[in-house]
Amino acid sequence: MISDFESMTTIEEDEIYKENILDHYKHPRNFGNLKNYTFKSKEFNPVCGDEIEMFIRFEDGKIIEAKFIGRGCAISQASVSMLTDYLEGKTLEQVKSLSKEDILDMLGIQIGIVRMNCALLPLKVLHSGVEEYER
Amino acid sequence: MKTKQLLNLEKIRNDFPILSTKVNGQPLVYLDNAATTQKPEIVMQSINEFYTKYNANVHRGIHKLSETATVHFELAHKKVSEFINADFEEVVFTHGTTESLNLLTYSLGSELKTGDEVVLTVMEHHSNLVPWQQMAKKIGFKLKFIGITSDGRIDMDQAKRMITENTKIVSVVHISNAIGTVNPVKELVDLAHKVGAVIVVDAAQSVPHMAIDVRELDCDFLVFSGHKMLGPTGIGVLYGKRKLLEKMQPFLYGGNMINEVKLEDSTWADLPWKFEAGTPNIAGTIGLGVAVGYLKNIGMKNIEAYEKELSKYAYEQLGKIKGVTIYGPKDERSCVLSFNVDGIHPHDMSTLLDRDGVAVRGGHHCAMPLMKELDVSGTVRASFYFYNTFEEVDKLVESVIKSRKVFGYD
Repeated sequence: MISDFESMTTIEEDEIYKENILDHYKHPRNFGNLKNYTFKSKEFNPVCGDEIEMFIRFEDGKIIEAKFIGRGCAISQASVSMLTDYLEGKTLEQVKSLSKEDILDMLGIQIGIVRMNCALLPLKVLHSGVEEYER
Repeated sequence: MKTKQLLNLEKIRNDFPILSTKVNGQPLVYLDNAATTQKPEIVMQSINEFYTKYNANVHRGIHKLSETATVHFELAHKKVSEFINADFEEVVFTHGTTESLNLLTYSLGSELKTGDEVVLTVMEHHSNLVPWQQMAKKIGFKLKFIGITSDGRIDMDQAKRMITENTKIVSVVHISNAIGTVNPVKELVDLAHKVGAVIVVDAAQSVPHMAIDVRELDCDFLVFSGHKMLGPTGIGVLYGKRKLLEKMQPFLYGGNMINEVKLEDSTWADLPWKFEAGTPNIAGTIGLGVAVGYLKNIGMKNIEAYEKELSKYAYEQLGKIKGVTIYGPKDERSCVLSFNVDGIHPHDMSTLLDRDGVAVRGGHHCAMPLMKELDVSGTVRASFYFYNTFEEVDKLVESVIKSRKVFGYD
């Protein structure tokens, strides 16, 4: 048990601040407000107080624009930057089927238990927005 | 350095087994003491001894083990009372500061009326805010918040204006867990008493670090946690002036806290047991008693003096680093150092420091309204205790410098 814990945290440290993660953090893609959005959604990370608000515009059943505002750590910012990039051209069904694993694949780094909330906050924002929109 | 001789650091550090462990292949530099402190061997031994040699319930069993357990339990009660210069009857054991504050909110707050006012500060830990906020909604009393100055001290001019004849309760933090400000509680005690209000002092971050005398302070209530002062988790203290505790309704009802129970009504046990319902945290109480004894041996004045030098050194060294902002006042501060580094989020900073074995906390420190006042989402918090060394401050500083490089800043 203890050795599992040690190896897990070691992997995380070695790989977490890769160049592309820092690049997305310093130069986030799709940052800003969107006025003519189809739906928007905002969530907090209660652990650190960070918040992300996402704006999504659909046309003909496909996402044509996804933007976000808010501040956060390198992990959450890289995650939301990559996610909004990915969303363009996707259908509602494709968005709904996005999983935790998809996000981690996108980030391409090992995330330990304490930082998992940071990585997954953008997905939480997106999914709660979709849920609200469909209601 | 002269101050180093105040304490025998080598000997002290040997008393804490965890301080010699390694984290991520690096010697542990534990700077998260505002969250919880490490435990000396003798505290752990005392808990082990209770469970292996005389485990029994207290105050009930007419047998040898129960008698031994009761003697140790009450002795710990006594030691903790003496530690803050209170009477035995005035010290109630709870699960921690949070429960102590909930107890007070319930017992004092439910007696208030519409139009009554409770004064807090924007600096409070959520545990001294949320209970009052929720009780205010239920009862209809008004909450007022004293603001802070630009350097993170309580605005005393505002305090003077805000504490009025309508004020029934003032509840303030002694030392901010988030930015380390030492608040002028004695002045606030006087302001409250002048208008006939009672004052609650959240001393979770002060009792572990300085000599506290409740008689001298003259506060009506004072609350703190055991685990932030070498004791185990799950044990905390509520001090209250005897006359006030006698008048108050219990918070938790059940066994141990009663005098006589009939089907329709009951009467309450004497102080302090009236507020200790159910089987208490016996092991925790005994452990805290030993922790208090350990602190007393070292001497709270020595601890305070040493930590002052350590904190001053850390403030100076950290402040020299490019891009670093330290929150809170330069003076009138404890050994809690809250800071940010331009362009690096507190969570990332904490992860990077952890890489070098340096344990700090990153985030809002359960003080979201204060973070809003400071216009930050969170901070990195390095909080020291008397077992930390000047060399450990150097390691923190080195690691912060290194972290800036990882993020590509010069």
